[in-house]
Amino acid sequence: MSYPEGLHYTKEHEWVRVEGSTATIGITSFAADELGDIVFVELPEVGGSLTQYAGFGVVESVKAVSDLFAPVSGTVTKVNERLRDEPELLNSDAFGDGWIATVELADAAELDDLLDAEAYTQLTS
Amino acid sequence: MSYSPHTTADRAAMLAAVGVDSVEALFADIPATVTPRSFAIPAPLTEQEVRGELIRLADRNRVPEVSFLGAGAYRHLVPAVVSEVIGRSEFATAYTPYQPEVSQGTLQSIYEFQSLVCELTGMEVASASHYDGATATAEAALMACRLTRRDRVAISTAVHPQVRRVVETYCSGPGIDVVEVPADLAEGGSGLTPVEAVERLVDGSVACLIAAQPNVFGGIEPMAVFADAVHASGALLVAMVEPTSLAILAAPGTYGADIVTAEGQPLGIPLSFGGPYVGLMAARMASVRQMPGRLVGATRDHAGRKGYVLTLQAREQHIRREKAASNICTNQALCALAAATYLCAVGPEGLREVADLSATQARHLAAAIETAGLGERRFAAPYFAEVAVRVPDAARRHAALAGEGIVAGLVLDTIYPELHDCLLLAATELTTDQDIARLVAGLEATR
Repeated sequence: MSYPEGLHYTKEHEWVRVEGSTATIGITSFAADELGDIVFVELPEVGGSLTQYAGFGVVESVKAVSDLFAPVSGTVTKVNERLRDEPELLNSDAFGDGWIATVELADAAELDDLLDAEAYTQLTS
Repeated sequence: MSYSPHTTADRAAMLAAVGVDSVEALFADIPATVTPRSFAIPAPLTEQEVRGELIRLADRNRVPEVSFLGAGAYRHLVPAVVSEVIGRSEFATAYTPYQPEVSQGTLQSIYEFQSLVCELTGMEVASASHYDGATATAEAALMACRLTRRDRVAISTAVHPQVRRVVETYCSGPGIDVVEVPADLAEGGSGLTPVEAVERLVDGSVACLIAAQPNVFGGIEPMAVFADAVHASGALLVAMVEPTSLAILAAPGTYGADIVTAEGQPLGIPLSFGGPYVGLMAARMASVRQMPGRLVGATRDHAGRKGYVLTLQAREQHIRREKAASNICTNQALCALAAATYLCAVGPEGLREVADLSATQARHLAAAIETAGLGERRFAAPYFAEVAVRVPDAARRHAALAGEGIVAGLVLDTIYPELHDCLLLAATELTTDQDIARLVAGLEATR
């Protein structure tokens, strides 16, 4: 199993893609596979603020429910509205159409604390 | 036979871990005067002696011949079919089963209950029931906080004080502020919750307004106006309703209520010293994941046959642990079954007759008291089937009438200290013209 290069990962199985000061966040394909069929995603509110490693939402599968932990701090600028009706996008395309939210980064230095693809691959293998 | 899963060594290890010497030390905070050793329990009696003692105690009960007591619990006719159905051995548990799907009949009965609650309230989803109306309302307050991510709730003081205390208790743990919205209790006042107070107190920091319909005084609140006012602040409306009134009053789903709760006792559950009763809760489908309690859903099995399941369990504590929507993972199944049976037995027409008769008799009652010059209505607002009447020297006369087998409602200052010399009188379909005549004669005689 390998994961996209250029992303940052947390030990809690979230990923971050940074473009300028905007960070797109989601959960990894590993997390989605472990959860099984995802039936509901509780999205954060646009305008709300996230704190690194604090809970900001919930994913629910047919067999479990897990908190989403913020990989970075910042203000939510967009949420993936498609997930309200198509939560299964997390299973089918965790790193693409299954993105959860975008945030305006509060502190880019927080990224240094996260894992790269190689380290995350090791963590999950 | 006794069974203890812990050996002496296990216990010693656990006590050492928490740093106390003995199991008794864990209970050191309990005053000695209330520990079992302090109980003065008489020597054992024979079965015959116990029977005699219980009969002697039961003889002290005084069942009133005529009662106008309501204030949250109402005397209605309970058709015989209700006890027949709930007495069936298949339903002989108050719990949703631990392996629920093997008990299809139990699940179906809960599903029917939920469907009836939805029909009655005009809402999209109803829970499998709660302990009582007060705890359902308190759960609704917490639910509103989760939905809005706010931590203050507003509650009208025209909601029964006991319900308000339960809401305050539930809110005290998670640190939720409870803001009171003062009802207009002034002389010549409406007895309702003023809209301007709602607009002033329900701001952008408040999760919900809790208002009762009818309110504790029987008054009909302008719920649709409240809904608009609180929605303007992004808050929710929690409507605590009296269920039989819904046969003639607007369904909360039509006036914008976000969460509806009710004490279900009037639906086929007898007055039995305060319980067991049953709490109803209904909401919109969009907020179902924040609903507390159990939910039964209908589905199809592999062969296409209809079946019932406990659904959306990821909200609940056996899955979600400390983050569950509620610490309640059971329901009041037997009382919910009684309510469902009652609603099916009376039907929409029957329930409308119950509500109509109750409201009509309440008007006869108020008119009879006013016409005889014995008192007058304390509040100006339209009312459903309960009415506050100012009667001079209310407490003394209430006590005197009780001696005659007449319960003249509730002396209102027992729950509203500021409302002196008022009786809160309830009527139901069981209230006869003769009952009203006896009350009037009793009030005349104690003038």
